[in-house]
Formats: sequence, structure tokens, C-alpha cells
Amino acid sequence: MGKVAIIGVGQSAFTRSYPGSIRELAFEAFKEAMSDAKIQGKDVDASVVCSSPEYDKQRSPAGVMAEYLGLTPGPTFYAETLCSSSSTGLKLAYSLVKSGLHDCVLVLGFQKMSEITSAESQERMGRGADIQWESPFGTMMPAYYAMYARAYLDHYGVTEEDLARIRVKAAHYGALNPKAGFKKVVDLPTCLTADPVANPLKVFDCCANADGSSCFIVASEQRVKDFGIKKPVWVLGVGAASAPVNMAGRDLFTGLKVAQLASQEAYKMAGIGPKQVNVAEVHDCFTIAEMMAYENLGFAEPGQGKELIRAKETYAEGSIPVNVDGGLLSKGHPIGATGGSQIRTIVLQLRDEAGEMQVKDPQIGLVHNIGGVGLYGNVSILGR
Amino acid sequence: MGKEKKEADLRFNRFGTVAFTATTKVNDFIDFLEKGEVRGTKCKSCGMVFFPPRADCHACLSSDMEWFPVTGKGKLITFSQLMYAPVGFTQDVPYVIAVLDYGDYKVFGRVGDVPFAELNVGMELVTQANRLDNGQINYVFNRP
Repeated sequence: MGKVAIIGVGQSAFTRSYPGSIRELAFEAFKEAMSDAKIQGKDVDASVVCSSPEYDKQRSPAGVMAEYLGLTPGPTFYAETLCSSSSTGLKLAYSLVKSGLHDCVLVLGFQKMSEITSAESQERMGRGADIQWESPFGTMMPAYYAMYARAYLDHYGVTEEDLARIRVKAAHYGALNPKAGFKKVVDLPTCLTADPVANPLKVFDCCANADGSSCFIVASEQRVKDFGIKKPVWVLGVGAASAPVNMAGRDLFTGLKVAQLASQEAYKMAGIGPKQVNVAEVHDCFTIAEMMAYENLGFAEPGQGKELIRAKETYAEGSIPVNVDGGLLSKGHPIGATGGSQIRTIVLQLRDEAGEMQVKDPQIGLVHNIGGVGLYGNVSILGR
Repeated sequence: MGKEKKEADLRFNRFGTVAFTATTKVNDFIDFLEKGEVRGTKCKSCGMVFFPPRADCHACLSSDMEWFPVTGKGKLITFSQLMYAPVGFTQDVPYVIAVLDYGDYKVFGRVGDVPFAELNVGMELVTQANRLDNGQINYVFNRP
């Protein structure tokens, strides 16, 4: 079995309100990825379309996208794992190529969240958890992650200021990322005095809804040669896991079990450990999520994530740069497009094409993408 | 003609401020709540205990369940006070959601009349059936 590579990446700008339809939004990332790989629609054997339903009205969007992007009559599949949908797309595309079923698979992630109000969006996200037993109490994503934050801060003696440092870092890099939705630098006092959303999380601890699309193209080693790809980025490991949807079914509130399990699988598959990772994208939907990710991925011991951010070790010049593209916190979080955006960032880093955000000479990068409140977890490892 | 139309059992529609599903095989849960009892299910075949209650046991595949009451004190594992709410819940703000640990099982729900400032991880609370202003019912965590 040959290796599997990512041969092209693209992303739309992430914005509060995209002035076009979902298919037009998708086209922006698609065009960039196809131009990046320098291939044509006829070169793509199959596609995987990723989003989370009920933001726009389109049911079964895969067929709509395949038609608009000129990918018919090739087979197209829909992948949905809430916020981790497009990294699930990577695992599916990898499997399709690795099995020899297809040689070139395009993954398209999109979300147009501006078609509904913010409160409606919170209700939709809340219904990504348990609608029978939890949603009737009035749940939403910030409150779920806030419960993890409460348990984590109390257990390890970590402060709200430590969480705010993560937002300050995100904002620093968001200002450098032309695709980010929020380019304002923010300081610690601003974060700490912001209005509470769900205690202990405040406004700047939370990412914002956005409209956006992302796209990447997965190909066999043979196609890498056929297409003359100069800088393929190889898929070294794809780990994934799931957890009980109801909080009552969880036995860990100071970390995400899915991230621990998915990273163990990905590291094993790639034959590496956390110390060999040179640059990472983690799912910082909330500041607490990045803090837990440091530990769940093995970059820090449990409870020691705070030392990484206090010492700025997760800045571009540090020992393990994390989210040096601004993360979800500064880019915005268009659910189905987020994983693909993270993958794009790591691919650009490994090709030394990340511009002002470039870290020095990375060989191995990691993507941690979480769906729901740690309901789904994908960890993908990519290498030069 | 002659066929008697069976009325759908929509009791679960009464659960919570806003219910999102009406039918379930464990809707006797609602009748217990009406009587002031919060109950989970226990598999009669293998003894596995479930909260929230389930009709089916994933461990031994039996669907033969009995109800057990959630009684006594649970330990507060974590909680959060919402200052912003999803559609349908904005009139309740601020309110607190939490998880209690009973050892064999955990319970997710809302905190009742314990002031937010008095909540601490590790404190003991009880789970109580609760009637809401809009005629719905749920359960809440209160001081013993």
C-alpha cells in the first residue's frame, strides 16, 4: 500500500455574514484548493462534503456541492460530526485512497451560520448534545465547556487569567492571518473584565460563529507523481474516538477523553510521540479547550498546561507552537469548515508557506479537531 | 372503520422548560416526576444501573428494566451559571446547570434555589422533582 498525501488546500475568508449562497461560499475554498494542486475536476475521483445541519435549509448538501463544483458524476458522500466534520472528512478520504478504491478524493467543509440568529445558533449547538435529557434544561456549548472549565480550574488551581492568556495569543496571530474573521489584538485586562457568558467563561474565552468554507485534496502516492506535485504533505496518522453524549455518562471533567484516545491512535499510527510534533492546530472553541488539548495531546502533563502558556511555549518561537493562525478564537468557527481550515494551516506550515505565521522548519504537524462537547475527537498527524 | 385509533403516548412532551421529543419507552419517568420522584432504570438481567433512564441495556442486550429511585446526596462535580441562553430559555437567565455524582451513576440537571455564590465543587446536594411555571416538570438540585 502506498502513502497518502494532501496535494492542495484552500479556504474562504471567515466572516460574520457571507453575501452569497452556500454553494458560492464552497466555491471559494474549492477554487483555491484546485488552483493550489493545479488539477482539474476530471482528476477528482470522489468527494466528501462536510457540514453540520440546520444552519441553512439545504438537506443533503453533498449532491448540491458536487454539481456546483463540477465533480459529478463521481460519487459524493456527506460527513457530519458537528464541529469536527471536515477532519472526519480527512479520515474518510484517507481510507478511500489507502484502500485503493479511489486515487484522488476532494474534501469540502462549509457552514453558513449567519442565516439564523445567535440565540437560534446556540439552540442548534445545544441540540448537538442530548436533546432528550439535557436540552430541556437549556444547554448551550459555552455552558458545557464552562462546566469543564469549572472542574479543571478547581482541580488544578489554574486561574481565569491563565485561560485569558490563550485568548491573547490567539488574537496576536489572528491579526496576522488574512483569512481570520477577528483581527483585533486584545490584552489581558480586556479579556478578564469582559461580560460573563457562562461562568467562568467570558466573552473573550469564546469563539464566534462565522460563515466559511475549506477544502483539501487527498491523493495516492501514484497520483502525487502523475500530477507532478512539488510539495506533497503526507498523512501519517488519523486517530478518532467518541464519548457518551450525556454529561452523566462522562467520567472525566478535567480533560477530553476523545482527544486522549484519538491522539494515542494517531501517534501510534505515525510512529511518533508528542515531542516530535513541531506545530499544532488545536480545537480552541473556548480557551479552556486549548488548555485541555495541551495535556490531552501530551504536550504537557495533566494540570501543567498553564506553564506552557505562561512561558509562551505555544507561541511561534516556543517549543510547541499552537494555533499560530489565530485558532477558532480569532478566525471564527464555521462548524463544518473548521477542521479543513486547521488542516490547511498545518499543510502551509509544512510547505513553509505560512507567511508571517510561519514557524521555523517544521517536519511534523498535528491537527486536533473536536465535535460537540468532546463527543467526537479527531487527531491527524501530517508530515513533509 | 372498526379500527380503534390508538392515542399516541406523548407524556415526555412535559419534560423541561422546552421538550424536544415526545415519545420514549421510559416515559413513566414523567409519572414518577409527577409524584415527586426522580427515577433511573436498572437492568433486571445484569444489574447495570442507568441515569438518565434507558429502555435497553447495551451491556447484555436485555430490555427488561426496573425503576429505582434517585435518593440521598450526590456530590457536585461541576457547574456553570448561564448569563445568556438559547432560544426558549432566555426568560430563565441567569440559571445554573450542574452534574451530581451518586457513585453508581451521575445526574445532569439544573440547580434549584441554592444561590450561585454558595456553590462549590464537592458539596452535597439532593435531586428533587420540580414543577415549572409553564406547567412543565423537571428536576433540580437543592441543599439536603
